[in-house]
This record gives sequence, structure tokens and C-alpha cells, in this order.
Amino acid sequence: MSFDVDLSLTRGGRQIAVRFRSDAPVTALFGPSGAGKTSVLEAVSGLLRPDRGRIAVAGEALFDSTARINLPPERRGCGFVFQDLRLFPHRTVRQNLLYGHRADPGPGLRMALDEACAFLGIEHLLARMPRTLSGGEAQRVAIGRALLSGPGVLLLDEPLAALDAPRREEVMAVIERIRDELRLPMLLVSHQRAEVERLAGHVVEMPLSMT
Amino acid sequence: MLSAEEWQIVALSLKVGAVAIALTLPVAFVLAWVLARGRFRGIVLLDALVHLPLVLPPVVTGWLLLIAFGPAGPVGRVLSQVFGITLLFRWTGAALAAAVMSLPLMVRAIRLSIEAVDTRLEQAARTLGAGPWRTFATITLPLSLPGVLAGVVLGLARSLGEFGATITFASNIPGETRTLPLAIYAALQAPGGDAMVWRLAAISVVLSLAALVASEALGRRTGMGRHGHVL
Repeated sequence: MSFDVDLSLTRGGRQIAVRFRSDAPVTALFGPSGAGKTSVLEAVSGLLRPDRGRIAVAGEALFDSTARINLPPERRGCGFVFQDLRLFPHRTVRQNLLYGHRADPGPGLRMALDEACAFLGIEHLLARMPRTLSGGEAQRVAIGRALLSGPGVLLLDEPLAALDAPRREEVMAVIERIRDELRLPMLLVSHQRAEVERLAGHVVEMPLSMT
Repeated sequence: MLSAEEWQIVALSLKVGAVAIALTLPVAFVLAWVLARGRFRGIVLLDALVHLPLVLPPVVTGWLLLIAFGPAGPVGRVLSQVFGITLLFRWTGAALAAAVMSLPLMVRAIRLSIEAVDTRLEQAARTLGAGPWRTFATITLPLSLPGVLAGVVLGLARSLGEFGATITFASNIPGETRTLPLAIYAALQAPGGDAMVWRLAAISVVLSLAALVASEALGRRTGMGRHGHVL
């Protein structure tokens, strides 16, 4: 089972509860903004501690409130592509890409810098600083940085929201190739029905009011 | 141009300032980090204590140092009996006085720059496999560097200008604790000291300007153009 999640958490004074099991290549968390989709990604990656519940990814328990398991983010093997990308502004594209690179990622995705560059078409950007990149370029660098960290799964938070239509098509194709060629399980957050239907094999609906 | 005595005063001032900053910087960074990121009761009190030397009359700060670090003081007794160190009337005492006086300015500058570091970047580093220490060394520290440099410049300027706490705690001893401001004060008192006052005051201006220019250049070298201005 790629994702086995059953948790409740409090964010901004509101209770968010979600429960899903999925073995699909791409699992989507779908719902209106404010439903807590991003909070669930943060909980899976270890950036946010749920009030209670259990999170298992690829059969490994990352968080379990009854068994007192709570792995820190750096040991969860979750590549995270943030909605606001969060490229390191003081490092070149190359340094960003190699930040989390490991020679031996264990069971995680094994990828070299030139492979990732060819896969994403970003070879020509290596010497640039992040602030000089266009939106689509920065998006691909952020995806590359997450892929190179040797992740077991990839978490994508609204990866298409900030892009215009042609760029959106481009990044959507990249996600499909991660799914089909790299076979890396993905958990995707989106509020766009079309995007979810095209990419995801399993959709978790997150309505606005959950108690 | 300068007499041997005046060169010696400049050298002593720089030594006192450098040692004071070296002493204060790690302490100031830790305090700044705690004040910027800490979430605990008593943080307001800690903040107030750190800022005390900024608002207290420097003579009072010097007197408090005298009480604590003097031969009969709780810290002074341990230092002299266990380590054989005395600070009173020594250049090390002048450095301590300068360090205490520059601490609040350094903490303020560094704290502002730590607060300006985007914690979302630190989160990103964690998801890429970096533990808390590597995240600190590769993200938090380099991004707060302009503020650290600003703190060093402010602290150094404050150290070179320190008068009240130094004269109270370390006294005004030629060759030992007579830094630039104390030498200027002594020259003002001495008959025919005018020329020396002019020269020492000119050196003070040059040193202060040099510190500002150096910090500006360093700020630019960190490669973050718009953050280059540290003051």
C-alpha cells in the first residue's frame, strides 16, 4: 500500500480529519481551498504533527500516535514539491538540485544529476540563481530537487496552480512521465477537477466542513 | 604623524574591540536565535535583561561588573582562584566591559535578520533530508549573514566608543585600559593636549568609516544584492 493515512489534526482552530488507503500510481486530495489539503501533505511529510492517527507510506509507519512513532521530516523519504516552490535563494540551480542528493538512497528513487536534468529539460539552467527563473522553469527545478533527494514517494501541492495554460500542459506531462517512467508513487493536492481526472487513479474528496 | 604612544592607543583599542566582539558574537547569536524563535514564558524578561546595558547609565553597568567580577565578587573570585585570571584594571577587563555594552546592539541586529529568514525554506531543507543542524548551517546561518555582519560592525563601533563602563570597571590606565575615548578624555584634561585630541578624534572617524565600508563590501559579497545594506 503506497499510502495508508488515517489522521485528525487541528489547523487554525479547525478540525481536519481524513482517511484513505491507496495503491494508485497517483492519489489526489481534491477539494476547495481551505479544506486542509496542504495540511495533510505537511502531516505526511512530518512538517505538521497530527493530533492523533497513523500515517504509513510504502508499508513503513511514519507516524503512529498510539505506538508513539513520529519520524522527523528528514527521515521520511517524502519528496515535497511546495506550492510556493521554496527554492533556496542563495544557492544556484545546481546547488539547489544537489542539496538533498544522496549516493545511496536505499529503497528510494535512484537518480543522477544529469539524468534528472535530461528528464526535466533543465540542463541549461544549472548555473542560474533561482530568482532569475521563469515560473515554469522554477517549477521543474523544484520537482528535480525533490526527485534527486532519493524519495520513496512524491508529494505535490497544487503543482499547476501558478502556471499559464502552455506551462501547465508541460508540467502535467512531466508528472505523467514520473508516474509512467519512474513509477514513483505520488500524492497530489488540487482543486481542479480536470487535472485530477487526468492524472490520478484514486481521488480522496476533502469537503470544506469536516468535523 | 602619530606618536608611538598614539599608535599604541590605537592598537590597544583594536585589540580590546576585537576580543570583545569575538567574545560576544557566539553569545549574541544564541540569544538572538532564542529571542527570535523561542516560545516560552520568561522570554520577555530575557529580552529585557539583554537590553539592560543599552538603557542603563554605562557607569552603573561598570559598577555592576565591578561587583560581579571584582576580586571579592562571586564571578571574580572563581576566575582568580580557579583560573588565575583577574579582569580588574586589565585590558581584558576593558574587553569585558566593551563586550557587555555591545551585546544588546549585536543581539538586536542578528535577531532581526534571523526573524527575516523564511522558515518555509528550512522546512524544505528538512524534507530534502537535512537534519536540524545541517539546515541551520546551510540555510538559516547564510541567510542571516547580513544581519550578523551588521551586528559585528555595530558591536565593534560600540566597543571602540565605550567609555563609562570601561573607566568604572577597568579604570584609565595608560597602556593597559586606555582606549581611544579614554585617551581623548585624558588628553582633554592635560595641558597642551589639544593636538593629540585632534589626531585621536580623526582616527576614530577613520576607523568608524572603515568599519562601515568593510561591512558594506562584505554584505555585497554574500551575493544578495538588495540585502547588501546592513545598516
